[in-house]
Amino acid sequence: MEVAKLTDVTRIYKIGEVETRALNGISLTIQDGEFTSLVGPSGSGKTTLLQLIGCLDQPTSGRVVIVGKETTNLSRNQRADLRKGTIGFVFQFFALIPTLTAYENVEMPLLLNGKSASERKQRVMELLEAVDMTDRAHHRPDQLSGGQQQRVAVARALAPAPKMILADEPTANLDTENGEQVMEIMKRLNKETDTTFVFATHDPRVIKYATRVVTLRDGVIEKD
Amino acid sequence: MNYLKMAYRNLGRHRRRSMLSALALGLGTALLMFIAAFFQGEMRGSMETTLRLNTGHLQVSNTEYDPDKLSVAWEYLIEKPDQAAAKIETLEPVRAATPRLVASGIVSVRDESAGVQIMGIDPASPANEPYQTLVDGEFLTADDRSGVLIGYPLAESLNLKVGDSLQLLVNTSDGDVDEQQFTVRGIFTTGTSAYDKGVVFLPLAKAQSFSGAENRASYIFVLLHDREQAEAVASAIQGQNLRIRTWTEMNELLVLVNDFSNAYLTFINLIVLGVTATVIVNTLLMSVFERTREIGILTAIGMKGRQVIALFLAEAALLGMAGIAFGAAVGWAVSAYLGRVGVYFGDLGISGEMLLEDRIYPYLTLESAINLIVTAFVITLLASLYPARMASRMEPVEALHSAQ
Repeated sequence: MEVAKLTDVTRIYKIGEVETRALNGISLTIQDGEFTSLVGPSGSGKTTLLQLIGCLDQPTSGRVVIVGKETTNLSRNQRADLRKGTIGFVFQFFALIPTLTAYENVEMPLLLNGKSASERKQRVMELLEAVDMTDRAHHRPDQLSGGQQQRVAVARALAPAPKMILADEPTANLDTENGEQVMEIMKRLNKETDTTFVFATHDPRVIKYATRVVTLRDGVIEKD
Repeated sequence: MNYLKMAYRNLGRHRRRSMLSALALGLGTALLMFIAAFFQGEMRGSMETTLRLNTGHLQVSNTEYDPDKLSVAWEYLIEKPDQAAAKIETLEPVRAATPRLVASGIVSVRDESAGVQIMGIDPASPANEPYQTLVDGEFLTADDRSGVLIGYPLAESLNLKVGDSLQLLVNTSDGDVDEQQFTVRGIFTTGTSAYDKGVVFLPLAKAQSFSGAENRASYIFVLLHDREQAEAVASAIQGQNLRIRTWTEMNELLVLVNDFSNAYLTFINLIVLGVTATVIVNTLLMSVFERTREIGILTAIGMKGRQVIALFLAEAALLGMAGIAFGAAVGWAVSAYLGRVGVYFGDLGISGEMLLEDRIYPYLTLESAINLIVTAFVITLLASLYPARMASRMEPVEALHSAQ
């Protein structure tokens, strides 16, 4: 099954009079259960591509279909709805909500999906255990190391059981050991839950885990 | 994890800033509550004083009587006032009805003099109770033929003591003047200097003979148990050549000022609350800008626009509740304390239709307190819609970019 299908997608950023062509006619299909790396130097369009797959942004032209649903004409709220159950995000910076504990951060997407209290509790504990964070469940982000925060972020991304997780440079701010640990966890979860993972990265440590590597350069796919 | 809990923690991130904004709202609320209490106390006091001392709830007079003239010419006066008063007093809503004769006159002591109202009263009537608070001496008796009661400020200015003599000059019924010597029996105070300095009391019988009014009076002064009954009682009183005026007719200006004061208070409320609302808006705007990335994360994981609005409104609501609760408590406490001891203003020099006591007692009604609290809260929330909507409209990509 195709979780994401991009057809001839172009994204142009316009800042003042200057147009930047971040993506230039890209077509890409991502299948269910992939563990794919988008690689390329900075400025090659990795992050933009990831944001388009994640419905965080819309293409200037071309079509983006996510789990069979055309996203081009969706409103902001409709896109939020689509993201909510389908796509999880892991960001480069440790994007946890600072006022919430690890537990509450993981719980948040479940709340937004309207899950019951007992369902939430069970799911959160299950996920915290999967990322080995059970003993730190009630710590706030500022009491956690970078690696620990990123593991919580992975758990949060997985919480609503999405089809696909998009990770933008997930190891960029981690040391080797923590980076490896996060990748191991993601790899294991990919196998166990069959969730699709797509990374934007230029970290060789991440690339070596990937089952598919898509190389971008100047807004086009150079190698797949 | 609900919005209020998240909001509470978000406010806790900048505790001092949150407290200062809540404090601004609190001080505004306290100030407004005190202003409302002060205004209402003033209006209420003024109305009560004016009714009690000046006009009563009803006045029954001859149709020809002109209250501004103080003439005791017979054609202006009411005949057999005792009978009429006794009859009115039998009506159930009436607390007291008593004849009064008012003439203009001059008090002179040695080479000093002062223009006064000479008022003949029935010393036994409960309607004259406000004049029975004496600084010195005794109250009048009905058969006293040479005693007068004067107010404290008049006694001060003419340097009179109980037992001293004074000359009283009166404009009589036949258009002439008469002059007699009287003795100060007592010195009274009503708490309203403007009133006390301009009136000299005599027993009604003496006033009638002194002014030549004989068995007549200027009007019958009527007090009711409930002033709202004035119209009903007025229509129940019948008699030829009688004119009945209610307190609302006699105090048009005061009634008008009273009504106007509510509009005035609402206006002040809106101005002050508008200012405090900008403080809250500013605080929320700062937090929206600081938390741009966070809002991006929340929208990325599926939070919708209206949920973002709810989150920020929850913060405004908490700030608002804390500030308003604090302000209402302070405002209430100050109003209650000053309401008991009063605020001394002295003789404001206002006389005539509107009388003010020398002390104003702030008085807070539950209605105006609730009104203020609700208005303050609603304004805070309405003002907060602006930053909240701004947060909700951030595109997740841009929000996330701003962090990197």
